[in-house]
Amino acid sequence: MFGLKSDWSLDVPERYFTLESYEKGVARWCPGCGDFGVLSAVQRICRDEQIPPEKVVAVSGIGCSSRFPHYMGTYGFHGLHGRAFPVAAGVKARRPDLHVWVATGDGDCCSIGAGHWVHAVRYNMDMTVMLFDNSIYGLTKKQTSPTTPLGTATNTHPEGSWLPPINVLQTTLGLTNVSFVARTVDWNPLHMYQTLRAAYDHKGFSFVHILQRCPTYSAEVFEDIQRDPERILLLNHEDGIPGDAAVERMYPNHFQHDPRDMEGARRLAEAGEKVPIGLFYRNPDAPRYDVYSAQGLGTPREERLAAVEAELDRFAI
Amino acid sequence: MSTGNRVRVNERIVEIVSDSGEGAQKAGQTFGTVNAKMGNGVWTVEIIPAEIKPPARSRAGASGIRVRFGDRNITNMGDQADLVVAFNEQVLYGRIAQGAYRPGTVVLLENKWAEDSQEEIRRLYQQALADFEEFGLEVRELPIDAACKGVTGGARVGKNIFVLGMLCEIYGRELEMAEEEISVVFARKGEAVVAKNIELLRAGAVFAEEKIDQRYEIPPWSNDEELVVMNGNQAAGLGVLAAGIETVAMYPITPATSVSHYLGRGLPRAGGHLHQAEDEIAAVGYAIGASFAGKTACTVTSGPGLALKTEFLGLASMCEVPLVVILVQRGGPSTGLPTKVEQGDLLAVLHGTPGDAPKVVLAPATIEECFHFVITARKLAEEFRTPVYVLTDANLATGVQPFPRPKPEAGWLAPPLDQSPWPEGVAPYDWDAETGLSPRPVPGQRGGEYTLTGLAHTRDSKVAYDPESNTNSARMRSRKLASLQKALIPPDVHGDPEGDLLVVGWGSTLGAIDEAVDRLRADGHRVSSIHLRFLSPMEPGLDEIFARFDRVMTVEINYSDEIDGETITAANRRTGQLARLLREQTLVDVDCWSQVSGQPLPPGEIVAEIERRLPAADGAAKETAKKTANDSEAKEAKGETACSA
Repeated sequence: MFGLKSDWSLDVPERYFTLESYEKGVARWCPGCGDFGVLSAVQRICRDEQIPPEKVVAVSGIGCSSRFPHYMGTYGFHGLHGRAFPVAAGVKARRPDLHVWVATGDGDCCSIGAGHWVHAVRYNMDMTVMLFDNSIYGLTKKQTSPTTPLGTATNTHPEGSWLPPINVLQTTLGLTNVSFVARTVDWNPLHMYQTLRAAYDHKGFSFVHILQRCPTYSAEVFEDIQRDPERILLLNHEDGIPGDAAVERMYPNHFQHDPRDMEGARRLAEAGEKVPIGLFYRNPDAPRYDVYSAQGLGTPREERLAAVEAELDRFAI
Repeated sequence: MSTGNRVRVNERIVEIVSDSGEGAQKAGQTFGTVNAKMGNGVWTVEIIPAEIKPPARSRAGASGIRVRFGDRNITNMGDQADLVVAFNEQVLYGRIAQGAYRPGTVVLLENKWAEDSQEEIRRLYQQALADFEEFGLEVRELPIDAACKGVTGGARVGKNIFVLGMLCEIYGRELEMAEEEISVVFARKGEAVVAKNIELLRAGAVFAEEKIDQRYEIPPWSNDEELVVMNGNQAAGLGVLAAGIETVAMYPITPATSVSHYLGRGLPRAGGHLHQAEDEIAAVGYAIGASFAGKTACTVTSGPGLALKTEFLGLASMCEVPLVVILVQRGGPSTGLPTKVEQGDLLAVLHGTPGDAPKVVLAPATIEECFHFVITARKLAEEFRTPVYVLTDANLATGVQPFPRPKPEAGWLAPPLDQSPWPEGVAPYDWDAETGLSPRPVPGQRGGEYTLTGLAHTRDSKVAYDPESNTNSARMRSRKLASLQKALIPPDVHGDPEGDLLVVGWGSTLGAIDEAVDRLRADGHRVSSIHLRFLSPMEPGLDEIFARFDRVMTVEINYSDEIDGETITAANRRTGQLARLLREQTLVDVDCWSQVSGQPLPPGEIVAEIERRLPAADGAAKETAKKTANDSEAKEAKGETACSA
């Protein structure tokens, strides 16, 4: 950013990035889709943090929300269904300078890619994960997802879905080495921005569960809590998502929750009458695999060659 | 050491067989190294049971090693063993069934079982002696265990090193060299262990001197090059280091895993990182992510892992992500034969992906090539912006052979990451219409921002479903193979450039095929061979070479219907995998002989099969000639001409 330096000279950065620096094309989600808001929030964070676009990589799987990288004016990787996490881990492994954003959906993360979800949390590599949870398969046209509420009629379960849905936050909070878990809603841009920004600031695997409306296939899922702010429980704490007067006015029910309190976080994650949003858990000290994976980075070529020679010595006869 | 008469021979095949966990492989590897140090050509192959700990004294549970050494470059495991050291008699049954022995094979057999406390074991032992005599094995019963315990004070360890001492005495190997090796092998266990093993080694040599009448001398192979000795998985791992590959992602799978055992230790020393992923899919995803974001990465796997990785490998072809895939083939399909040899994944690699997914496929034929081909693969992956597969197999993976020490060059290493600004106006897939080649932007390059996508895309990496975009991008990916093919040279013909029969092979069968062809040629047959290293794109000039021979056949280790099998006709016969590719490529009626026995192909079996197929006109005459020739040839091949040393 611009600023005066101690010698009174004006510090004008060589490059200044605007929102347009992070935009590409016209997003082609359905009108009213919650994905637009998430995209804007991420672009704003990139702008506010002045991250050079070439240092940003948006990684996704397959699904409506996984189109996300295509609308970012940065590097992107739109890969395979369920496989965003392994790719993102590989991107980050030897590139600590890159800022990785992962866009994944409830089918992508919690169904076909559930195995990677477990381990990505455990690896705790520094990246910001947005789980776009619209409780339905959208791209393939209304099949039951692992988070579809019990009894919802879908094209695969016309009589109503039969299995109880996965509790995303309870599951995540139950995983080893979890380091940042939050929830926000797509219809409150302020809270979403603050939540994603806190996630971005956290060094580690920042997992944000975004309740995301799908006006086409699951419009009714979040209708109640969207219309009735009393249904939302806003988590505040001095170490939580930074408070915002407008957000606090909008949601009358507040709850003081210390994000270091895992027990409390798990209790809050249990499905209840009210839907908690905000920061559930943060542990800045959880070991990060990207620290391990980057070992040896920048080893000079002469040293690499010497290592090969030393290895050949071991096999010499 | 005995200075008595030694029989001078050109080569010997020796096995040590035991139950699992008795150290036979360690002793055999050390024996192989000592032979290599004495200037002999060596090939060792591990005998591996499928289970970690099969029941003791089980027929199928043979664990051990074969060492073939001689006065020339030894390129394969050979035919039947000359001498076997067996820690129990039951494991020999399995080896006999596998055709590993012949009448006349000498067996140095542990005899403690004759006095075992269990009557059943005593009975089985006596039964085995009778069976072996009937088969024609020359069994020498020896109290190896008792003699060994005399040294260890009763501890039941170290029999393997004792046997190593015996072998050194029998074959006139210098004990000092074996002692040096023991010092290295046991260095981590401390001086006392080293000293005890050296004592065992010497005791074994004295034991053989007293109890065994066989003495041989194998002249060295005149080769004064500096050598290294390792197995194919270690060679591939070292190749990763020498290629400057920094990221290898894998999931444990037999028989590929030992590549990562090597890399777990070796890669960090060269500044790299081995990632053990949560599954095979994640392993290749991680490697692709790392390649996308920087330097070409590598994943290592075997058949079942390949199946799981297929979707990602299609993405790598589609999105032109450079990637090195080391595939150590085993028996398939499904879980198949995890520890055994097969060349059964060629078609899965080429055609396993939905849609058209061009890729480069290399097949090293020797352990030395396992090293060098990884370096080549990394370069090709980057130059052609594509996944490159290196297909080895369980035979190369565990086979040990000395080869000239590579001389690493800075040019082998991956270049430093290019973070310079991306040239303005250059698309992320700036395909050259003639070659299909395009430069690759890497994150961090200002102005190169693009989103890689597995969806059909334009040169700007924009999703596009229109006929023209899809046709053009598919064409560009395919063109790359055509342009690589134009840069390749035709394979060398082993033997005369024309003749009655051309044998075509690929991968680990090189040594056995060449040896078989040499024997057939010595016998007057007009047979030659070629061995393909590039399988995609296919090496050029094949149709010209094929045209100079009356018949062409492949020899492979994968399934094919036998030519004269029940219900098999020319119309329904399914051929070996390379044969199918060659038929398609050349329109020549390529025949094949292939086996799925799980074993490397012995040259003798290849000889027999080829003789069966040679022109029928002179078949009868050859048949008679063969019978007489075979007997004298067998003797000649072993070089059994006594002389005083």
